[in-house]
Amino acid sequence: MSATTATSRMSSTTEPKPSAGRRGNRDRPQKWGSPITYFVALLFVGVCVAPVLFIVLGGFRTNSQITTEPAALPSPWVVGNYLDVLKSTMFWGEFANSLVVAVASTVGIVVLGLMVSFVIARYDFRFKGAMYSLFAAGLMFPMVVAITPLYLVIKDLGLVDNLLGVIIPQIAFGLPVTVIILVPFLRAIPNEIEEAAAIDGMSRLGFFFRMVVPLSLPGVVTVGILGFVGSWNNYILPLYILNSQANYTLPLGVQVFSSQYSTDTAKVLAFTSLAMLPALVFFSVFEKRIVGGLTGAVKG
Amino acid sequence: MSDTLGTDTADGRQSQGTPRAGDAAVSAPPAPPRAAAHRRGRARMRLEIAVLSAPAIITFLAFVIFPVALAAYYGFYRWKGYGDPTDWVGLNNYKLILTDPAFHDVLWHNGLILVLSLVIQGPLAIVLALLLNQRIRGRSTIRVLIFVPYIISEVIVGTGWSLMLQSNGAVNDLLRSIGLGSLETDWIADPDLAIWTLMVIITWKYIGFAVILMLAGLQSIPDELFEAAQIDGASYWQIQRRITLPLLGPTIRIWAFLSIIGSLQLFDLVYIIWGQYVSGTAGTSTMAIYMLAQGRNAGNYGYGSAVAVVMFLISLGVALLYQRFVLRRDLKGAVTEGTV
Repeated sequence: MSATTATSRMSSTTEPKPSAGRRGNRDRPQKWGSPITYFVALLFVGVCVAPVLFIVLGGFRTNSQITTEPAALPSPWVVGNYLDVLKSTMFWGEFANSLVVAVASTVGIVVLGLMVSFVIARYDFRFKGAMYSLFAAGLMFPMVVAITPLYLVIKDLGLVDNLLGVIIPQIAFGLPVTVIILVPFLRAIPNEIEEAAAIDGMSRLGFFFRMVVPLSLPGVVTVGILGFVGSWNNYILPLYILNSQANYTLPLGVQVFSSQYSTDTAKVLAFTSLAMLPALVFFSVFEKRIVGGLTGAVKG
Repeated sequence: MSDTLGTDTADGRQSQGTPRAGDAAVSAPPAPPRAAAHRRGRARMRLEIAVLSAPAIITFLAFVIFPVALAAYYGFYRWKGYGDPTDWVGLNNYKLILTDPAFHDVLWHNGLILVLSLVIQGPLAIVLALLLNQRIRGRSTIRVLIFVPYIISEVIVGTGWSLMLQSNGAVNDLLRSIGLGSLETDWIADPDLAIWTLMVIITWKYIGFAVILMLAGLQSIPDELFEAAQIDGASYWQIQRRITLPLLGPTIRIWAFLSIIGSLQLFDLVYIIWGQYVSGTAGTSTMAIYMLAQGRNAGNYGYGSAVAVVMFLISLGVALLYQRFVLRRDLKGAVTEGTV
């Protein structure tokens, strides 16, 4: 019973906006804004979406269509390019590599991040602040800065051209954002719950597994999505670490494919669209969480 | 930023030990068995802290902090990446970097991209966010669609845009078909144009993120303030200038920080569209590309590490200066506005 109150209280502290929005809607009836607003909004959306449509629609055209009229709709529509890509073992191999790397990185980020965030949020010890600052400082150093020495470390570990050589650094670089998002989340779990759990004879670790993990699920989902999309789109790390085509992830595959088949523009476009599809689907399913997580992270 | 966050943690729940430890402390004359239990509780807590935090801290230190330290070490050597570095050259690598005209070029490009990103995206994002913050139909759909370019990987964005911008690509075709054929040009290789082409692509890719952040910032401003100002007879522009912009300040400053760090690290887009060589002649190469070209691709790992250190120091310096002089104001602002 107390668990449900905790969830409601937590969600109200982390997402105060929906209630404000509802209040605003109740006070004022929905009305149409000015036409200029719609025009600019449509223009903006059009500019954002047009290049993506170019890629997706281009895959439905033939090379001769693209050469004679680069900016036009498919006429007639051909599905051959997409079918060719979907039938190629190369695409599915790279798809599988991307999936393995993304899932493993996400699991690693969530598990390690949740454990250390729990310590920072709910234990009292001397180096707590230092620990938090360490991870917060990590936010300032994206992978690009450390990539050359990182490659050397991976090489010394014998993990070059190995998916683990991509997964482990991605976990390490994913931790700062995870800690920043999860620590406030875990702190928002009321003390009463922990005390009640202790009275019932639950140890701190039992409390972690039985109460903290389920209660922090919304934060975990946000962190997991950020980790997954970040991994799915990562380019520079696989570029440094992975050498053989059998180990390529999709971003690397797209780049190699587009230079190998530079004359077959239509197929490159089909390959590219299929490569971006998973991230887009993932995003549209979890859109609210991603946007909410980003704003939450920025507000710190 | 980390300052505020750090103090936040430090003054967090001080009173919160393990319940058992608290019990032992409260019962005033601690009987020996109780004290033992207390000690056992402390030891157990230490063990839990160690077990729970060690994996994350070890991974983080080994793959984020250690490589940076290692770069500082390798940077003092001329080293091809085989065996142990032995050819100590002192600060020679750094001297070469700082006197290399090619490095001056990439530094200039990074600086230009940094400034242009702030100047173009900042005002544009604020205006668009103000516009989209009005009650219009389909607002949530719009929000999803403008975020699409941000969610797509740089590689795909780069591949798509480079195909569109080819001299016989879609952009030139579009210009011809609307009667602007005279504007047709080589958007990618022309050194006068390339940096602006890059800025268009960067703006396209990241503006959605900026707008979403600003929208979130706008929605955290209480409606009552606008209503009060309206009642007092303030005009729309007065309200935006006196209420919205100041209260949006923290969001703008944090967005700018993220944008600056991103500009200094820019790699994927340029590398995909221009590549290592064309980016040099077209004037779009960045520090990260210089690092890849002169370091790993040339087999000079000592030199590449030194470039990494220079990039690291520049990013760190900019981040610290920004925190010191810009983000600090957020604290003051919050305090004064909070008391008014």
